[in-house]
Amino acid sequence: MSPRIAAFLSGLGLPDLPAGACIDGWTAAMPEAALQDMGLDREQLAAHLHLLLQAETAEPPAAQSAIHTLTVEGGHGKDGHAEHDALVLSAGEIVCIVGPTGSGKSRLLADVECLAQGDTPSGRRILLNGALPTPDQRFAPDCKLVAQLSQNMNFVVDLTVGVFLDMHAACRQIDPDSGVTGRIIAIANSLAGERFGPDVSLTQLSGGQARALMIADAALLSESPIVLIDEIENAGINRRDALDLLVSEDKIVLVSTHDPLLALLGNRRVIISHGRIADVITTSEAEKAVLIQLEDIDAAMLAVRERLARGERIEDPIVWAHQSPRERPHVR
Amino acid sequence: MRLVTVAGPPSVGKTSLFIKVAARLRDDGAHVGVVKFDALSTTDDAAYAALGLPVRVGLSGGLCPDHYFVSNIDDCVAWGHGNGLDVLIIETAGLCNRCSPHIKGVLAICVVDNLAGIHTPRKIGPMLRLADVVAITKGDIVSQAEREVFAYNVRLANPRAPVVWCNGITGQGAMDLAFRIDAAPRIDTLEHHHLRFSMPSAACSYCVGETAIGETYQRGNVRKMSFEDSR
Ligand SMILES: Nc1nc2c(ncn2[C@@H]2O[C@H](COP(=O)(O)OP(=O)(O)OP(=O)(O)O)[C@@H](O)[C@H]2O)c(=O)[nH]1
Ligand SMILES: [Mg+2]
Repeated sequence: MSPRIAAFLSGLGLPDLPAGACIDGWTAAMPEAALQDMGLDREQLAAHLHLLLQAETAEPPAAQSAIHTLTVEGGHGKDGHAEHDALVLSAGEIVCIVGPTGSGKSRLLADVECLAQGDTPSGRRILLNGALPTPDQRFAPDCKLVAQLSQNMNFVVDLTVGVFLDMHAACRQIDPDSGVTGRIIAIANSLAGERFGPDVSLTQLSGGQARALMIADAALLSESPIVLIDEIENAGINRRDALDLLVSEDKIVLVSTHDPLLALLGNRRVIISHGRIADVITTSEAEKAVLIQLEDIDAAMLAVRERLARGERIEDPIVWAHQSPRERPHVR
Repeated sequence: MRLVTVAGPPSVGKTSLFIKVAARLRDDGAHVGVVKFDALSTTDDAAYAALGLPVRVGLSGGLCPDHYFVSNIDDCVAWGHGNGLDVLIIETAGLCNRCSPHIKGVLAICVVDNLAGIHTPRKIGPMLRLADVVAITKGDIVSQAEREVFAYNVRLANPRAPVVWCNGITGQGAMDLAFRIDAAPRIDTLEHHHLRFSMPSAACSYCVGETAIGETYQRGNVRKMSFEDSR
């Protein structure tokens, strides 16, 4: 009748409600001993089932499409100096956060993650669509606004990729036959290079594969309209494709990084100094041209690494994928 | 005095988190005290005391920790009153997953961690199902996808309670919890209050010291496993 009720009851080792059964009649007939084992009394059980049913029929929380802008305002640095302008981020935009280690990049991410309201050390306030977040936006667990991805995160659950993704899809009430699991795995494979299938165990994925899967899952299965990425530089994934994937889903993407390739991939970058936003720089066309050179260098390094691993000698001069800057057509 | 029961499986981060919560409440001018219930030993008292909070420990030893808790909780309230506390935090270890320390009319927080595995919420009884607020810790080290599945399972186990995402190390979520404690009902005494659910019962020969194994020694409240082939 209701997937949530069925899942809850199966967790208790009980069969689903019989078709057509009413919650109150069913709980009224529940033997006392079974209730004791369940750890809920009759009224608690009935109320519980009614709430699960309500959650089923309630309008899905309008999280994804509803967030067009995210505003960071009112912050100050460690020395008390105020941040000048509010920072406004829009859906489909990549904004990078750069600054020396310890300057406060993670603080900014943490402020966004908890939708700070002047109650964190930075004093920042986060607005959604220009307004204060509602309690629902801050506390509803099923429609968390902010998804996170960091170097410290790992898959810990002992399941195969396919089974786990099906489970995640079921939580989002997405039909397992919709093929979403296969699409996520295909995208993850295109990001990581080293292929894996649905039957491999999550805990056996390499660092790059796990990171790629997290990104593909965040793009396709996470409802959160805001994605925070903390230091994924050495993850062994195609960074440009990964970010493109996320913004193609109209997410707001914030990336804290020391990696020049990632930093220049953003539409803008926020410079953090002594705990405050010191500047916001829009990536220029000239910078995008430099980025292409940097990507060439990166590709060359990668190619050399692979050749070394195959036992080859590296004596021939490096061949660049693109032309050198002097031969490159003039960029505006 | 505001009273809050904090329960959750061992090592989920209750103390780390409520040290941050207590610090916030104290900074807002509240006089905060803590009682820690555990089974055999704890060093949590030292952690709370380091913050300068008055703290007491109750160790249940050979008794069911839940039964020990409920027989002492009103004395804890009296102690808090005697010390002029504004907020009394009771931290209890949820040792058997069937633990049921929450009291009607008293703010009940259950702490669970992402590391425990995505199916854990369904294995925890009244401690989670009947809590008013669920704090989820250790989201910093598991994947976002696992956090989402975990939160969904928490929602199935307790569709009533708001979820607060917490981190015992950074203090994320502490402010929200402090805010909820500020709004908790005032309690003068727990005399005549009721538990939200009965505690796990055991009244058999082994409760009173029997050690011998075998049918002849099993007296009282005994339940046997079934080894019939069920199909
Ligand atoms: N990574 C991570 N570690 C955490 C988090 N919260 C707590 N910890 C760590 O988890 C360990 C246990 O934390 P405690 O606060 O002692 O847990 P507890 O629930 O009070 O434990 P008992 O009272 O002994 O049952 C400590 O090493 C903490 O530093 C968190 O959000 N993330
Ligand atoms: Mg503790």
